[in-house]
Amino acid sequence: MSARRAAWLFLTPALLVLGVFFLIPVLGALVLSFTDYDLYALADLHNLRFVALGNYWALLHRPAFWAALGHTFYFVAVGVPLSLAASLGAALLLHSRLARCKAFFRTALFAPVVTTAVAMAVVWRYLFNTKYGWANHLLGVLGIHPVDWLGDPHWAMPTIILFAVWKNFGYNMIILLAGLQAIPVELYEAARIDGASAWRQFRHVSLPLLGPTLLMVAILTVSGYFQLFAEPYVMTEGGPLQSTTSVLYLMYEDGFQWWNLGIASAEAVVLFLVMFAVTAAMLRLSSREPAGGAA
Amino acid sequence: MIFVTLCLAGCTARHADALVFWTFGPEGEAVAQLLPDFERTHPDIHVEVQQLPLSAAHQKLLTAIAGNTTPDMAQLGNTWLPELVALHALAPLQQRVAASTAVAPPDYFASIWATNVSDGQLYGIPWYVDTRLLFYRSDLLKQAGFDAPPRDWVQWRRMLAALSHPGRKVYGILLPTNEYEQLLSLALQQPDPLLRDGDRYGNFESAGFKRALTFYVDTFRLRQAPVVTNVEVSNPWEEFGRGTYAFYLSGPWNIGEFRKRLPAAEQADWSTAPLPGPDGPGAGLAGGASLVVFRASKRQRAAWALIEYLSQPEVQQRFYRLTGDMPPRRSSWNSPLLRDDAQARAFRDQLERVKPTPAVPEWERIAVMMQQVAARAVAGELTVDQAAAEMDRQADRILAKRRWLLDRAETKR
Repeated sequence: MSARRAAWLFLTPALLVLGVFFLIPVLGALVLSFTDYDLYALADLHNLRFVALGNYWALLHRPAFWAALGHTFYFVAVGVPLSLAASLGAALLLHSRLARCKAFFRTALFAPVVTTAVAMAVVWRYLFNTKYGWANHLLGVLGIHPVDWLGDPHWAMPTIILFAVWKNFGYNMIILLAGLQAIPVELYEAARIDGASAWRQFRHVSLPLLGPTLLMVAILTVSGYFQLFAEPYVMTEGGPLQSTTSVLYLMYEDGFQWWNLGIASAEAVVLFLVMFAVTAAMLRLSSREPAGGAA
Repeated sequence: MIFVTLCLAGCTARHADALVFWTFGPEGEAVAQLLPDFERTHPDIHVEVQQLPLSAAHQKLLTAIAGNTTPDMAQLGNTWLPELVALHALAPLQQRVAASTAVAPPDYFASIWATNVSDGQLYGIPWYVDTRLLFYRSDLLKQAGFDAPPRDWVQWRRMLAALSHPGRKVYGILLPTNEYEQLLSLALQQPDPLLRDGDRYGNFESAGFKRALTFYVDTFRLRQAPVVTNVEVSNPWEEFGRGTYAFYLSGPWNIGEFRKRLPAAEQADWSTAPLPGPDGPGAGLAGGASLVVFRASKRQRAAWALIEYLSQPEVQQRFYRLTGDMPPRRSSWNSPLLRDDAQARAFRDQLERVKPTPAVPEWERIAVMMQQVAARAVAGELTVDQAAAEMDRQADRILAKRRWLLDRAETKR
């Protein structure tokens, strides 16, 4: 009993901090999402109305919200596989015995992660400028017609995905590299003695043992990519024609630009539910897979 | 510990008697140079200027109001004023103006003064004014056979057609599709108001607005303006100097930018002109910044003294020299500095014909929405009629809470 009490005593400070800085704000946002808190309510609380699920209902009828949700899914669906492929590829290259100057490349490939998104976005905006950017210059050398990278609604999101993948793959790369290094060398030796090719070694030794690490990296990347904000904020301001407006960007506009905190909270709750559902689905799929694979 | 306490006490003591003045943008640095003279004549007032970036201004103000930590006075964009009035954050100034000899309402451009009045009450004193008009390349116009800038839309269209060569990537005018001021300027030239029924509903389906939207969209459809946002045009000044655009619809700060950025050889080749209207010189946007006093301030008298000082024509002229921001008083324009400046004169002319935007807290949001829908019309996604209907639909949604408040206030009465 006293051991239990002691445990609580040690836990209390942490729980207090968690409660005050995590639980209460989250609950506050949830409550706020059932009201029409806006500028007028800030002026006078008598102007605050309880609207129950009204904000959610309004969101369902707002094309801009569906569009933002669509853009977010587009970003996640294309960006996450690309990002994982890029980081796995880079990790394998760095892990390979043939690689030279490993420390240098590790640092160089990780550099975009630690550089601020805003500074990098400004540089990319120049690279992808329609008239003077290097990207179009390069295409011109290959004889390809210039592309309006950030000004064409069809190209803006792919450009942002490229930027985000380039910016973030180094982080996953480091984690995957650690995972690769943790695989015992004996397994590869055994495989080699059995005559396995490099591809089969990768397929049957590296990939299965890297499984848990890959899953964790995938979940982290998915939840990170659902919160797309800084890239469109700096590169395109959500445009052109709102083609790069993500749910988080819409929430920022509604909440902090126009001070409609009620509807912004509802958007935050919806985004949370979506992310929760996707992560749960990923966990469930992955927990089923090894069983099937072993059989 | 004692040291920290002393330090805190020292800090609060210094803050306690200082007049806190928030500025947004480059004006803060300029005003700091005007203050020594003020503090010499008012030894009992110490002014503390706090400069905030313009991009964070709106959030900062609302947070300060929510947290009850507003400054004593501030510089405020006049389209934001209705919002802060709705929040009961500003002190009314009518009585102080009535008792003042320094601030004379008839001397101000009438529409600019009007942007500071909400529900018949005065809440701000104009500090500098801002409107949009035409910058044009006089040499290119001359080459195309035009002696003077356009006076109405028909002439303007003809010049745009003559000066546009989309094949060579040369266009008549630059109209960034994510800036609402250009379309709004054209819309203000129409007789129809932008909102109707006591600002309860959007009025974008009026004949006047559709006329403005048609002219705007046509400029892109005829390829007389490139479909680009200002994010993509990283250096409009150089492009203008290179002749990529013959016209640029923008604000007074660009006089300074063009003088600074274009080489001396090109300085004679550009000028400014009032905005052409549907038939003859047209109205324009009444923008700019005002000086306001916060209701919660305990130093309102000192704040008013500073406003009176900054409103003097000589001080406004010094301020113009430091910033290029144009003074809101007619008598301030009498200095040779402004009177003999050909490029500033067009603004003086335009300022007599500016019109304020609707004074509702939701206005900024409606204007941004208007531009987003207009950009879809420019891209060919919507016709002019569809775009106007969509703007009304969205404006009505944005104004829903305002309608509820007004109706409730009426039933109470």
